[in-house]
Amino acid sequence: MTKEKKDSTPIVQPIVEKAIQRYGASQDELIPILNDVNREIGYLPGEALDEISRQLKLPKSQLFSVASFYRMLSTKPRGRHVIQFCENAPCHVAGGREVWQALVDELQLEADETSADGKWSLITTSCLGVCGVGPVMMIDDDLYGNVNPRMIPDILARYH
Amino acid sequence: MTTIKSLDDLKKAREEALKKREVKAASGTAQVIVGMGTCGIAAGARETMKAILDTIESESLNGIIVTQTGCIGLCEKEPIVQVVIGSQPKVTYGKVDPEVARRILHEHVVNGKPVTDHVIQM
Amino acid sequence: MKYYRSHVLVCVDPECLKKGAHEIMDALQDELVNQGLNDEVQVLETSRIGDCAHGPEIMVYPEGVHYAHLTPADIPYIVKEHFLKGRVASRFVEEVKKSNDEELSAPTAKEVRVVLRNCGVIDPENIEDYIAEDGYQALGKVLTEYTPEQVIDIVLRSGLRGRGGAGFPTGKKWQFCRASAETPKYIICNADEGDPGAFMNRRVLEGDPHSVLEGMIIGAYAIGCNQGYIYCRAEYPIAVRTLNIAIKQARGMGLLGKNILGSGFDFDIEVRMGAGAFVCGEETALMSSIEGRRGEPRPRPPFPAVKGLFMKPSNINNVETFSNIPQIVLRGPEWYASMGTEKSKGTKTFALAGDVKHTGLIEVPFGLSLREIVYDVGGGIKDDKGFKAIQTGGPMGGCLPKEYLDLPMDYEELGKAGSIMGSGGLVVMDEGTCMVDIARFFMEFIQDESCGKCTPCRVGTKRMLEILERICDGKGQDGDIETLEMLCEQIRQDSLCGLGQGAPNPVVSTLKHFRDEYEAHIYEKRCPAKVCKALIRYEITDGVCTGCTVCARNCPVSAISGERRQTHVIDPDISASAAVFVCRSVTSTPLSLSSFGS
Repeated sequence: MTKEKKDSTPIVQPIVEKAIQRYGASQDELIPILNDVNREIGYLPGEALDEISRQLKLPKSQLFSVASFYRMLSTKPRGRHVIQFCENAPCHVAGGREVWQALVDELQLEADETSADGKWSLITTSCLGVCGVGPVMMIDDDLYGNVNPRMIPDILARYH
Repeated sequence: MTTIKSLDDLKKAREEALKKREVKAASGTAQVIVGMGTCGIAAGARETMKAILDTIESESLNGIIVTQTGCIGLCEKEPIVQVVIGSQPKVTYGKVDPEVARRILHEHVVNGKPVTDHVIQM
Repeated sequence: MKYYRSHVLVCVDPECLKKGAHEIMDALQDELVNQGLNDEVQVLETSRIGDCAHGPEIMVYPEGVHYAHLTPADIPYIVKEHFLKGRVASRFVEEVKKSNDEELSAPTAKEVRVVLRNCGVIDPENIEDYIAEDGYQALGKVLTEYTPEQVIDIVLRSGLRGRGGAGFPTGKKWQFCRASAETPKYIICNADEGDPGAFMNRRVLEGDPHSVLEGMIIGAYAIGCNQGYIYCRAEYPIAVRTLNIAIKQARGMGLLGKNILGSGFDFDIEVRMGAGAFVCGEETALMSSIEGRRGEPRPRPPFPAVKGLFMKPSNINNVETFSNIPQIVLRGPEWYASMGTEKSKGTKTFALAGDVKHTGLIEVPFGLSLREIVYDVGGGIKDDKGFKAIQTGGPMGGCLPKEYLDLPMDYEELGKAGSIMGSGGLVVMDEGTCMVDIARFFMEFIQDESCGKCTPCRVGTKRMLEILERICDGKGQDGDIETLEMLCEQIRQDSLCGLGQGAPNPVVSTLKHFRDEYEAHIYEKRCPAKVCKALIRYEITDGVCTGCTVCARNCPVSAISGERRQTHVIDPDISASAAVFVCRSVTSTPLSLSSFGS
């Protein structure tokens, strides 16, 4: 069982409110709203989906169906820092396999897992569009290119 | 920002934009242009930009304009920095880490001597 | 440390030497001393400035001026003009036709930059930079001189085809949407560039966003709509930011919004972000996503031009398609159609990735061959290894072996060869690539990204992935290849959208061109490229092993056994790779490797 990223109930409501205020309470604004809330909280807790369902007058099942479809939205808690590793061909061919192994070894995590202390989530992502500097990975909003296995410990050490 | 209400306004805006460029070139101002496309950032362009801005500030270097641009297309040479001094042709540098950036500022921008070991032939 | 303000590189390759390169160097040194410049200008020897047909030749930095066909008598003039007066001695200048081995000249002589013309040149967050480069002049021309029908005619005559992958004539697409009577209409820019290896759109969005906006405004005028969307993938946050800044600036100047340029035409654009779904690059899935739903494609008809976004007539084009429009209007459709091949007009951006020396983006006219792109522009294979294959068109593209290197880049030619143009991503693979592993790799991606709506794609790709994984794991069976072929055909025929229809392509093409690798994996349990770990077995070579027992004593998993002074053996059921590393680290005679079965 992974730790919640932050305390849930107290802060979900205002974040959801803010997102709905920003975009408007209509179905075609659903994905921008979900994106904002996911970004703020780190994932989409059940209470957030409940509130959005109520305000947008959409069934919860539909919300869940949309939220679970998109890779960048998560209905499960994620770690404080999310590592997205590009697993596509150009990075793979440029040495991505070895970098992935180094990450797995260093973090003792497999894909889609969150560490027991709630610090790291490791996920694979689709091409990030910086193939010229592959292998590539993103940690939160920081993008790292030309990554080799030896760089992994130093890069990870920058995050607390 | 001027509003453009007609084709004439648009033509005038273009002339003004071109004139501004000429003034910049004629004044001998140095322009340092950092590639800040995502590939540049992945290769460390943010640190390079920071080093340039910090050096300019801490050493009170004058007459230098720092701007950014998108991806040139030489992704494997990122971070890329271009230097234009007055009306001289542009010089493009590749693999510019913070240390190389400082060298470019000191040797090329201030003293007019390019850092040839990092120049990319364009 | 001595600082020189200028450097002169003199080519001393054998051909140039024969023509008198040393005399040129001497003349340079002498003249620089005469003029008191020898402390400011350094003369150096170099190699391969050009192709020595123009020697003796020199290159002067920092300007990068190439002087050729020199005699010692020319030198005093050049020194005076260039270093004293600060002027290029133009009558001696030679254009550099071939780049130095180490560098990628950009643009190369083969590149023609239409879409990429401003990238890396202007500040994308400054609309004035764009205006200085003739920005929005095309829009001005369109709104004051052309009717919407005339604009469509211009685009038709240019021969521009959709650059997102399908290659449908853009002018025709606009015509269909214009012909729909229902309103409101929408124009959408597909900026959901998801093909692995493709980042051309990102470059344009980050480097020259106004070219896309201008193209969209012109398109909206032609179609007759007042609202546009740019659907940009969430993995491009900087592009999203740059677009929003550009839109704000364009609005601030009255180039977006009401009564643009006093023409009475209203139009505005909104940016929508994706949320991480490759399938949303498919136009009906994209529209679904904007509507706040799962990104699942819809059957067509009805086509988007009739019933699109919010069930209204809509036109979707790729970033690159829109970015071409201003130049086509300004320079004329005949100019654009003069480039390329008979059916594929104009230029295309390509992204070179993989095992090639110079990765990056290029823009070339259609018709250039793969060989020219990989070797002339891309510099050839990294570490000078052998070329094995190139995949064109993204994950649903085919892998083409070296027999196809002279294929011209053209929509029809690529189709005939069993691949697609796609968005223009090119992944180069060297001789160390296992083509079965690559096929598995792409199938894994496609399986992951399949939206799940239709059975042939959802289940079919899963079955194919299972078979490919078994094969790479050394568990391939007789009949696997035939099953793969059957599944390929079924999935291609029966899938709802382009993702499913194209999903079999990597397998079909690798089976066609590299069938022997599949057979080796299945029947010989061997990976010819030595990539698939399950098919690699390490053996200690008899005759080389001295029986020193160091490796056996140090192996952490006791995988090695043997008597002193006798050839040792590795137990293949225990982890063999540990033995390799132990041996390499503690002995002076490394194990020799052989792949299972060879």
